[in-house]
Amino acid sequence: MANNLGLAVKPVTETPAAEIERVAAWINTEEYKDLNFKREALVVMPPHACQPLGAELVAHAFEGSLPFVHGSQGCASYYRSTLNRHFREPAPAVSDAMTEDGAVFGGQNNLHEGLENAIALYKPKMIPVFTSCMPEIIGDDLTAFIKNARNKGIVPEGMPVPYANTPSFNGSHVHGYDAMLLSILQTLTEGKKMEGRCTGKINLIPGFDANTGNFREYKRIFAEFGAPLTILGDISDVFDSPCDGTYRTYPGGTPLADAGDSVNGKATLSIGPFSAAKTFAWLKDNYAGRHVAIPMPLGIAKTDEFIKKIAELTGKPVPDSIKEERGRAVDAMTDSHQYIHGKKFALYGDPDQLIGYVSFLLEMGAVPYHILCSKGSKKVEKEIQALLDSSPYGAKGKIYMGKDLWHLRSLLMTDPVDAIIGDTHGKFIARDANIPLFRYGFPVFDRVNRHRYPIIGYQGVINMVTEICNKFIEIVDETCDDRHFEMMR
Amino acid sequence: MRQIAIYGKGGIGKSTTTQNTVAGLASIGKKVMIVGCDPKADSTRLILHAKAQATVMDMVRELGTVEDLELDDVMKVGFGDVKCVESGGPEPGVGCAGRGVITAINFLEENGAYTPDLDFVFYDVLGDVVCGGFAMPIRENKAEEIYIVCSGEMMAMYAANNIAKGILKYASSGKVRLGGLICNSRNTDREDELIEALAAKLGTQMIHFVPRDNQVQRAELRRMTVIEYSPDHKQANEYRELARKISENKMLVVPTPLEMEELEDLLMEFGIMEADDESVVGVAEAAS
Repeated sequence: MANNLGLAVKPVTETPAAEIERVAAWINTEEYKDLNFKREALVVMPPHACQPLGAELVAHAFEGSLPFVHGSQGCASYYRSTLNRHFREPAPAVSDAMTEDGAVFGGQNNLHEGLENAIALYKPKMIPVFTSCMPEIIGDDLTAFIKNARNKGIVPEGMPVPYANTPSFNGSHVHGYDAMLLSILQTLTEGKKMEGRCTGKINLIPGFDANTGNFREYKRIFAEFGAPLTILGDISDVFDSPCDGTYRTYPGGTPLADAGDSVNGKATLSIGPFSAAKTFAWLKDNYAGRHVAIPMPLGIAKTDEFIKKIAELTGKPVPDSIKEERGRAVDAMTDSHQYIHGKKFALYGDPDQLIGYVSFLLEMGAVPYHILCSKGSKKVEKEIQALLDSSPYGAKGKIYMGKDLWHLRSLLMTDPVDAIIGDTHGKFIARDANIPLFRYGFPVFDRVNRHRYPIIGYQGVINMVTEICNKFIEIVDETCDDRHFEMMR
Repeated sequence: MRQIAIYGKGGIGKSTTTQNTVAGLASIGKKVMIVGCDPKADSTRLILHAKAQATVMDMVRELGTVEDLELDDVMKVGFGDVKCVESGGPEPGVGCAGRGVITAINFLEENGAYTPDLDFVFYDVLGDVVCGGFAMPIRENKAEEIYIVCSGEMMAMYAANNIAKGILKYASSGKVRLGGLICNSRNTDREDELIEALAAKLGTQMIHFVPRDNQVQRAELRRMTVIEYSPDHKQANEYRELARKISENKMLVVPTPLEMEELEDLLMEFGIMEADDESVVGVAEAAS
């Protein structure tokens, strides 16, 4: 064998081409699918990330906040680079770089020196600390370490240092987001609750959401209502800051004072009951006002629920501008429904997103067919099933809990669909199945500016309908014969 | 709710002492939960009359994840309505038993095992505080009282002193305190005086001297505590007395562990150890 320079190349394996072809065909069969679903010991391409990644996202979301990874440096690089690649923005975070000696003697010295350096170099207003696997395995006691840091005068008085245990080997990025947010709110609101005080503001907990467009959309909708809002916490300016020649370490983020005062809010709206479950449970007992958890506003019905809830909590009528927007969204759906009606979809992602996708697709007369969640629960499954049962288009939908993208590949090959909704990780199976992949999840590494396009609210409906239907039309244009290549579609 | 952790050298009788004390507390109407923090999982057998209860980590091993585990799967109720949980852990020589303890206690917290009706929670913890995992029971918001089981043997006292060092570390940042030494007698000479002296040097007390009695073994053969097997036996009274003393104990201190020399001086004073004869160190039998 020779390469393109004419040099002799020794083949790496002796597998004959015919054998490769046989296996390539075999992995598309029913027989292989059955074997694949019997797989126990191995996970291939799980569509979720680890706890500290979720923790870091929300740790960035507050004013002057410097995320601090207590643990190994490589882990910290992974969270940062994932956020870098998704947003194409810097993700300034530090780690205390635990090494062999830290593993043996415990990580207190690393944490203390790290805090000292981080405060001196980067002058943060808050340092949320979260952990990688190693300190969790050896049982580092963050409570004691941080208390000792305060006693030693390393952390100046008044500087909040919330902390969360986020073992990577347990749960997913959603759980890490929840644990970190809970600690940030507990720390910032401590002693801030005042009897009789009401800020008049609505608190909004967006859940793990890496779409800055969604955050701007939430703010715009509340502005239309004329209702003051505190997002806990707000990544929109952190990961979508203007390019004007000035580098800012801490652009945007929810002001710490507002986050502290959120405990005296008029009401708290948690988006997605599964995304911030622990934070919401704590907040119900500690925050003033009303507390409501509602589904992510994806599609018309879930957005209606969201809009009506804002009206109810603020006591303000739904503004005409929003009603008109709804009308335009419904019009956009009506104009394009024939291109999506009856199309089968495979979906994967975080529980709250999945519920939203299913609801939206059913509204369009599309068929949510393979619904896959790698870190779901029976409760999530029940909720999605109830949605499927509510529509004739849901009758064929099947839910796969605790499965990965290699399972999904088998499903796509043996029981094909027309498209996938997921994140960048699905591009390989989408290519194998020769169907489009709509990247509404996290992370998106291979398309630009996706995170600037909201998918929530009525505007989000228009965006999703437009992207999905145009794609199907394009496929027709690209694959039809000349006789059917029409001006009108 | 008072949370209490029992530490001590391996084989000293922590589990037997804990279960008999807990049975004593239960017999005066206290609501108690035992959390065994030892991969050997022998902290609840006398209360449950069982060989070994299914542990949290056993169930996790079976299910493949802690997320599908239910509290009822791992919590059993035994003598005197005592609630029993064993953390369990990996096979000897593999994995990380310390993380097993962390996982198990996190699971219990998240699933509401610490109900407000409980008067006491006892953690029966493996041997020394060897790593962060075995210190989990004495982290913030968990056990604030520790009792060390020991005897008049040299190694038991070494271990007790080491454990006191561990407690000192956690006491400086948290609320954990040493409640006393429990002397589980091995019938060594002047044992009570020796442990009293050690306790005084550690800044604590010998909360009770439990005499050696074969009734404990007779009860154990039937997988029972003495309290249940023979409530009128004098040994049952000893455990009830220990239970009462713990229940009423107000002496909770930050320990003052001894330097090695100080400890050796104490052992020499009581004739347990002889002064080193430097002239024979490193000299083989044939050469002397």
